[in-house]
Amino acid sequence: MAGPAIVVEDVSKRYRLGEWTYPTAVEALLGRLRSRPEPEIVWALRDVSLTIREGEAVGVIGRNGAGKTTLLKILARITHPTAGVARMRGRVGALLEVGTGFHPELTGRENVFLNGAILGMSRRDIRSRFDEIVAFAGVERFLDTPLKRYSSGMYLRLAFAVAAHLDPEIVVVDEVLAVGDVEFQQRCLGKMSELGSEGRTVLFVSHDLGAIGRLCRRVLWIEGGSVEADGPTVDVIDRYLRSVVPAVARTSFPDEPAAPIQLLSVELTGETGDPVELPRRDEPLQVRFRFRTRERIPGLDLAVVLLDAQGLRVIDDAWSDTREAGEDATEPGEYEASLTIPAVLPAGRYLLSVWFGRGLEEFAYQEALQFELWPALGEAERSVRRNRVVQPPLRWSVRSRAQDSVRGRA
Amino acid sequence: MAAGSSAYEHGAGTQWIENRAPTGRFPRIDLRELFAHRELVFFLALKDLKLRFKQTALGVAWAVVQPLIGVAVFSVFLRRVAHLPSEGVPYPLFAYAGYALWSYLTSAVQAASQSLIGNVALVTKVYFPRLGAPLAAVLPGIVDLLASLVLLGAFMAYFGVAPGLRTATVPLWVLAGVLLAFGIGAWVAALSVRYRDVRNALPFVIQIWFFASPIVYPSSLIHSGWRYVYALNPMVGVVDGFRWALVGTHAPGLEHLLSLGSGLLILAAGLVYFAASDRSFADVI
Repeated sequence: MAGPAIVVEDVSKRYRLGEWTYPTAVEALLGRLRSRPEPEIVWALRDVSLTIREGEAVGVIGRNGAGKTTLLKILARITHPTAGVARMRGRVGALLEVGTGFHPELTGRENVFLNGAILGMSRRDIRSRFDEIVAFAGVERFLDTPLKRYSSGMYLRLAFAVAAHLDPEIVVVDEVLAVGDVEFQQRCLGKMSELGSEGRTVLFVSHDLGAIGRLCRRVLWIEGGSVEADGPTVDVIDRYLRSVVPAVARTSFPDEPAAPIQLLSVELTGETGDPVELPRRDEPLQVRFRFRTRERIPGLDLAVVLLDAQGLRVIDDAWSDTREAGEDATEPGEYEASLTIPAVLPAGRYLLSVWFGRGLEEFAYQEALQFELWPALGEAERSVRRNRVVQPPLRWSVRSRAQDSVRGRA
Repeated sequence: MAAGSSAYEHGAGTQWIENRAPTGRFPRIDLRELFAHRELVFFLALKDLKLRFKQTALGVAWAVVQPLIGVAVFSVFLRRVAHLPSEGVPYPLFAYAGYALWSYLTSAVQAASQSLIGNVALVTKVYFPRLGAPLAAVLPGIVDLLASLVLLGAFMAYFGVAPGLRTATVPLWVLAGVLLAFGIGAWVAALSVRYRDVRNALPFVIQIWFFASPIVYPSSLIHSGWRYVYALNPMVGVVDGFRWALVGTHAPGLEHLLSLGSGLLILAAGLVYFAASDRSFADVI
């Protein structure tokens, strides 16, 4: 059994909220006459303790603002805890942002050295891995071109390439894989599982539960600054999914007048459009959602993402995949969208999210609805328990070769 | 899983690093950690240097143009009109030697004041000893200073002022100047994180400081009674020493020792203040 690589003991972190400033000289003089309002205090982390062993790959999940990034920042020594202590064995390579310190005026080559040094590599390390980094990024021809002339894809690839060739004992990665296209994300994940299999300790924050499921055997769920759950990936993700959104067939969201684009409601209905309370796996399911845009957004695209209880991305379907000419949602206003999911999913719990964006750009991603897909009528419980990704209605046919009789079975 | 089978087994020398809540009144100045990150400091300084000359037509010539114009102005107005003395050295030479170091010091301090608030991502997204930022900011100016030293050499030849043994001490005075810039720079860098007022106040303070320093006039102009008070300005020792080493104005005396001591005190205070604020940079910036 490997020894501990990260030991966190009772770590708390306090932030002051709001426009909090030091008193100016005048206010300091008048201090006796007028007291300033006390700044609001928020505990981003509260008494967090955990131990991670060498070579473990641990996923960190939780809602926005739950304290995940604060935990990483403490492990990376970017900020100090307000109380408690975090101990790390060996060097920590932290990737909280891709391309920190990249400068648009410098060439690709210059940026590799600068960024490598910022991430903690020595000049010798960078030089010896330079060719590898450049090959990984695939930017050989642009090495002496200023970064400002790079496409955003090249920029990201170069930035990740530098980070991927760090050589620390402990790797800490924040939600950085959310940027970039699918190929880029695949490459990043591949590199990260490589790090894990080399025996490095990996801590990985992500909203992509599927990626966490593939990389990590253990998951830490942080909620409101505390560890809500810590255990095997499947168990924790399942508990997390159950908690994020209550299982209902319809949700609506409060009005946000400031949001340029906003999801109003999501509803599950049968094929005919009638609401269903208990959707069954053997019937097609219709997802209807309404949204409002408050400004002109040419090329606005929508997508529906469905995760299963293990966090596997079962469906990720964009409007633009099959959109017909003339269809668009450019003008501000209220829209209703619907799509029908054929009866192919196995029974179980699902999390439905709606994505608004354009190309690779994301405007909003909303975890909208959690629902339970029920077994078909009369289906055996043994069948429900089985683990599978899709369950389309298949027809079996088994016949004996000896006699010529047919024994079909549904 | 057996740790021994992993390709990445820790040697016995693998160190535990700690991040704990800061305690105690006196902050720790971790110069060893700074030294361990010397390559990062070098790359940050190199970046500043490269950026300055990217897409400029005159390039490194800018380093000497500014002091040159300054000295031309001083020579006309202060020498011809106000008849300021220059301790027997040709006035343009006298003023240029002082102004070259002064330009370095003030531009270095100004660069340092921006070194943290101008690199927010660096402070909030990666770990490195923060003291490296103001240190990197005061380094590129040395290149400009060297460039103006070359020009000064040409001036000396023109005016027929010979260097001497004292000229060998020039690197020491430059080092003193760099340390002074680093001390003040660390201070203003940390201050700027909290109070953005520094950006507005600094040019004003520098202007006053200019007249309180022996740049366009010799410090021997100060009455003997005030000499020691005047020498509390750390600029006095550094500039007078630098000028003496180059062009042979009056040799540094006791008051210059006092001035250097005052500079050391400022360096120490700057580092302590920086270390104390360092605890909250990422949260406040």
